Amino acid sequence: MEEPAPEPVVKAPAEKPAEKPKDVEIHQTLDGDKKEEKPVANKITVGHVHMSGCTGCLVSLADNYEGLFKILDDYADLVYCLTLADVRHIPEMDVALVEGSVCLQDETSVREIKETRERAKVVVALGGCAAYGNITRFCRGGQWNQPQHESYVPIGDLIDVDVVIPSCPPGAESIRNVCVMAYLLLQGTDEQKELAAAYLKPLMDLAKRGTEACGCDLMYDVINQGLCMGCGTCAASCPVRAITMEYGRPAIDRDMCIKCGACYAQCPRSFFNFDVINQFEGIMEAIDGAMGKGGE
Amino acid sequence: MVLGNYKSVISARAADAEILKRSQDGGIVTQLFAYALEEGIIDGAIVAGPGDEPWKPEPVVATTRAELLAARGTRYTISPNMMLIKEATRSYGLDKVGIVGTPCQMQALRKAQLYPMAMRKVPDKIALAIGIFCMENFPYQGLEAIVEDHCNVKMESADKMDIGKGKFSVYTERGAISQIPLKATHKYEQPGCHVCLDYVANLADVSTGSVGSPDGWSTVFVRTKNGENVWSKAIDAGYFETKDIASVKPGLDLVTKLATDKIDKNKKSVEARATFGVNKGLRNPYI
Repeated sequence: MEEPAPEPVVKAPAEKPAEKPKDVEIHQTLDGDKKEEKPVANKITVGHVHMSGCTGCLVSLADNYEGLFKILDDYADLVYCLTLADVRHIPEMDVALVEGSVCLQDETSVREIKETRERAKVVVALGGCAAYGNITRFCRGGQWNQPQHESYVPIGDLIDVDVVIPSCPPGAESIRNVCVMAYLLLQGTDEQKELAAAYLKPLMDLAKRGTEACGCDLMYDVINQGLCMGCGTCAASCPVRAITMEYGRPAIDRDMCIKCGACYAQCPRSFFNFDVINQFEGIMEAIDGAMGKGGE
Repeated sequence: MVLGNYKSVISARAADAEILKRSQDGGIVTQLFAYALEEGIIDGAIVAGPGDEPWKPEPVVATTRAELLAARGTRYTISPNMMLIKEATRSYGLDKVGIVGTPCQMQALRKAQLYPMAMRKVPDKIALAIGIFCMENFPYQGLEAIVEDHCNVKMESADKMDIGKGKFSVYTERGAISQIPLKATHKYEQPGCHVCLDYVANLADVSTGSVGSPDGWSTVFVRTKNGENVWSKAIDAGYFETKDIASVKPGLDLVTKLATDKIDKNKKSVEARATFGVNKGLRNPYI
């Protein structure tokens, strides 16, 4: 393997002038004509921070296939991701995609989540574990060889979280949408900034709502509130099929529920922001356009 | 805005006599899906198929004309069609999914496309979303009470049910008609319907319903580019008879009036929730 080119390190911090050390030789490995003629200006910096997660959230990001390459080509530099790049320590980031919850008995984890907050403009709790604890809610220690590793909390219990993307795994397209919208928010025109802010608002509201999730949310905050109309979206969203529809209402097998937060977040009666969703056609076209999938 | 965005509105009915035989109104949903299936525009559609109790719908992924035909007719109770939206792209293996639903289900669908948090691969596979007009819906037991107690008809012997002109009507297989004033049905309405701010399925590709058009015909709104594309092809291929909406009675004025009435009434109940308790309110999903 060749050493990766050190561009990200050079580019990332705005306060340091981008200057290549004279003794560094860069070996061009791509075809010259396929390489960007000039680097795309104003990319945002994105990091993937892996706490106590399973990497499934990162796989979901990668599951955007060429969409991810488009994002990395035009909109974002991946400045940190232990799975994919050799940057060892958490750098400054515009957006931190954090997956996994935090083990309170693991000092490194606790330090890293704090560093993430200090160094990222926008912290995204990516997936059910970071957002709500998910399966790590059931942890209780007692396993070799760290039997004392027993307490796990969603990242929002230790730091302020700006945006959450619930579910286990979170849909590839929702991560893509958040990345595109974050780019528009930080680098777009005024109109794009407005759209991005409106798009992200419900995901920011979910972050403020709390760090607990369960199939029970459908009872507490939808059915008990007189809002359920039996559309069945919750049943479709549940990754473990813990929800069935009986006489037009969700019936939740709570021993099967892994507490990922998908059902409530996907329910059209949790949040339904007309200002954004009424424009579904234009927004989906805009995202397709940003992904290079223009008209037919 | 009470009628949503649309490119055109028309009065129409299916050209296929077999479809019209048991369709609720103009057979628009069944005909459009049947056309889309034949043409490969969709490779299956989520529809309200027959369930395990009389007049209780069960969402099914229909991949044949016969399955589409089996879903004809309005069942005035909940069919959670969205519950199959992800499965249609999984074990059913569909690439181009059709779905019919009430306005709330169209809302759920568009939210799932824009915010697909637990809906991987769903957003790009929606090929045709047909919305049906909906004033309100009933839980199954509510429908049972209306039909069996108020209308004095056994669910098994009902042949068609219809809401129109201020009445709930049940037609039996042997030809009897039982009607009650709609007022008597209000207490059986699904409570979640009372915060709904959409009458004519504003977020569908194509939406359709009986109001505005004569019996046996439907009012059709063509809303999105995709909807326009499919609808115009179906018209060109001769799958529908159409009439200018301006030429039919009662026409668009009645649709506008009913939509306005529904939205105004439900906006009030949404507002009332904010001060439902003492210094406390109920949740508002729209803010």
